[in-house]
Amino acid sequence: MNNALRAATALTLIAAGGAYADTITIATVNNGDMVRMQGLTEDFTKKTGHTVEWVTLEENVLRQRVTTDISTNGGQFDIMTIGMYETPIWAQNGWLVELDDLPESYDVDDILPAMRGGLSYDNTLYAAPFYGESSMIMYRTDLMEKAGLEMPESPSWDFIVDAANKMTDKENEIYGICLRGKAGWGENMAFLTATSNAFGARWFDENWQAQFDTEEWANTLNFYVDLMTEAGPPGASNNGFNENLSLFQQGKCGMWIDATVAASFVTNPDDSTVADKVGFALAPNTGLGKNSNWLWAWALAIPAGTDNEDAAKQFIEWATSKEYIELVAENEGWANVPPGARKSLYENENYQAVPFSDMTLKSILSADPLNPTVESVPYVGVQFVAIPEFAGFATEVGQEFSAALAGQQTVEEALEKAQALTTDAMEAAGY
Amino acid sequence: MARQVTSKRKALNTVLAWGIGLLIFFPILWTILTSFKTEAQAINDPPIFLFFDWTLENYQVVQERSNYGRFLWNSVIIAGGSTLLGTAIAIPAAWSMAFVPSKRTKDILLWMLSTKMLPAVGVLYPIYLLFIRMGILDTRVGLVVVIMLINLPIIIWMLYTYFKEIPGEILEAARMDGASLKEEVLYVLTPMAVPGIASTILLNIILAWNEAFWTLNLTAAKAAPLTSFIASYSSPEGLFYAKLSAASTMAIAPILILGWFSQKQLVRGLTFGAVK
Repeated sequence: MNNALRAATALTLIAAGGAYADTITIATVNNGDMVRMQGLTEDFTKKTGHTVEWVTLEENVLRQRVTTDISTNGGQFDIMTIGMYETPIWAQNGWLVELDDLPESYDVDDILPAMRGGLSYDNTLYAAPFYGESSMIMYRTDLMEKAGLEMPESPSWDFIVDAANKMTDKENEIYGICLRGKAGWGENMAFLTATSNAFGARWFDENWQAQFDTEEWANTLNFYVDLMTEAGPPGASNNGFNENLSLFQQGKCGMWIDATVAASFVTNPDDSTVADKVGFALAPNTGLGKNSNWLWAWALAIPAGTDNEDAAKQFIEWATSKEYIELVAENEGWANVPPGARKSLYENENYQAVPFSDMTLKSILSADPLNPTVESVPYVGVQFVAIPEFAGFATEVGQEFSAALAGQQTVEEALEKAQALTTDAMEAAGY
Repeated sequence: MARQVTSKRKALNTVLAWGIGLLIFFPILWTILTSFKTEAQAINDPPIFLFFDWTLENYQVVQERSNYGRFLWNSVIIAGGSTLLGTAIAIPAAWSMAFVPSKRTKDILLWMLSTKMLPAVGVLYPIYLLFIRMGILDTRVGLVVVIMLINLPIIIWMLYTYFKEIPGEILEAARMDGASLKEEVLYVLTPMAVPGIASTILLNIILAWNEAFWTLNLTAAKAAPLTSFIASYSSPEGLFYAKLSAASTMAIAPILILGWFSQKQLVRGLTFGAVK
């Protein structure tokens, strides 16, 4: 009896000792995949005992909020949702915890190399990809057929112009192509920088000299403005991701080139009137060997100095694991699992049946953050330049380009201003 | 004849006033209407005004996903607390400026107002660092103090203008009758200035309720008020306008109701002295 009691007491003590529970605070954005993650947090709590408090904010607010906190060592968050742009910069500043001790069962080699590369600094992973995206063409199969054309898997920009003009039917409010025009480094400049890569343009040469005075940039911007004037929707200079998504879902766009995650929205019959008439293709090229697609990941990182590092690591292991993908598939279906992070997902037969899975993977694989454009560059990043000053001056350049699209100034004027302001910003930053 | 013109003009004025009123109210009305639509109806082009299938689904989703009560409670504490604290400091300050002005009173008033001209983000880092040192990041106490300080110039200015309307002789008479300073302010000045104080309090509750910069930047999970609640439903990658509208409607409802019931007080206070 005594022995039994002792054993029971010992067991209770072990259980009490092992079941220490932390509460971790996670800052994140209100994207569909993150909302689903919040809904499934109970599974994490059940497995580890830790509870989670969510701080969900709009993307730009989140960026400002977490940057303030991490740069002042505020300690408000145990995990931050950040992107490919911030990760290498913050890692260099020593603001993030290295993720180099992930257990074998996590299978870190399963992460797509492009994602792993973009979220590493000095060959060390600093943020685990929760979902990854590239950009691709989403097009209306019925309108393409009506135009008498067939979309190749990897079309040229010339083909896109031809198709856009043939699909355009302004009287019936159908526009051949919808592209981003709203100013912002993550809005029109993401699209235009990725497109400029296909035209052989680059932000800087090897000596960090701005390149907006080159023929390649003039070609890119002239092409974009002409195409949108001919076949784009009215007021395109105000359109970002959401505005174009809305137009496409209402059947007003023949083609839309944007984030691969949009595929799950436009094929969802609850929201989209064209759900069963959408085809996918790689972002266009000009035959120079680069497509106009970008690469982005929303990733989970731990700020250095958090009190709950162990619990935070456990959460990251849970949320970016293979098991988590299966958990989402079980609850929400395969079309809703977080895409673009793990190789094994694309080897899964169930996921291969999802109509956009193949093209998403091909798009992600065709983007190379280290060699984004035709000529060599001193920076990392496909649709951005991973230096802290970029967000500021790229948004200003975006405003000039947006004004050119709106017809408030010529392409030449916009490029001249872009060249001047980028040069000034880089000089001020000490380049 | 003259009377006819007057009534015509009156009718015209009424129509004009209603028109402007509706124009100003329209965004709020549209938000409320959108909150009862499905996501697809919310983005429909041409927009649907009234004839859609009304649904409460968005409210249900928002209720399930967020702890509305906690955000609301934080808003009440922050808006109420900062206004009460601000008023307690502003009444004596405005009293001294209105009834015992010095040479520098005008300068002080202008200087106070000039602090409102500073862009808030300019002092974000110093205040953030102070909050870290004092351990009051993401606490309601911290926010009450900051919001109070931000609105204090407005409270003092408003009270100062109301107090200026009160004849100093009445206070003098109270003093002659042997009232102490405390009694003079508390029992003579304050009751006479009630409409002014009430409208100042109301306006400040509204300003504090809507304050978004500091409440977003100085909070995380614990002290976040309704501004954070709204921000959590905005998404650059996904069309969640109906849910965002439902969240907005839930966030503005309390202050809208308060404003509705106290509008007479508010208008009287705001136009107090305007006709003189």
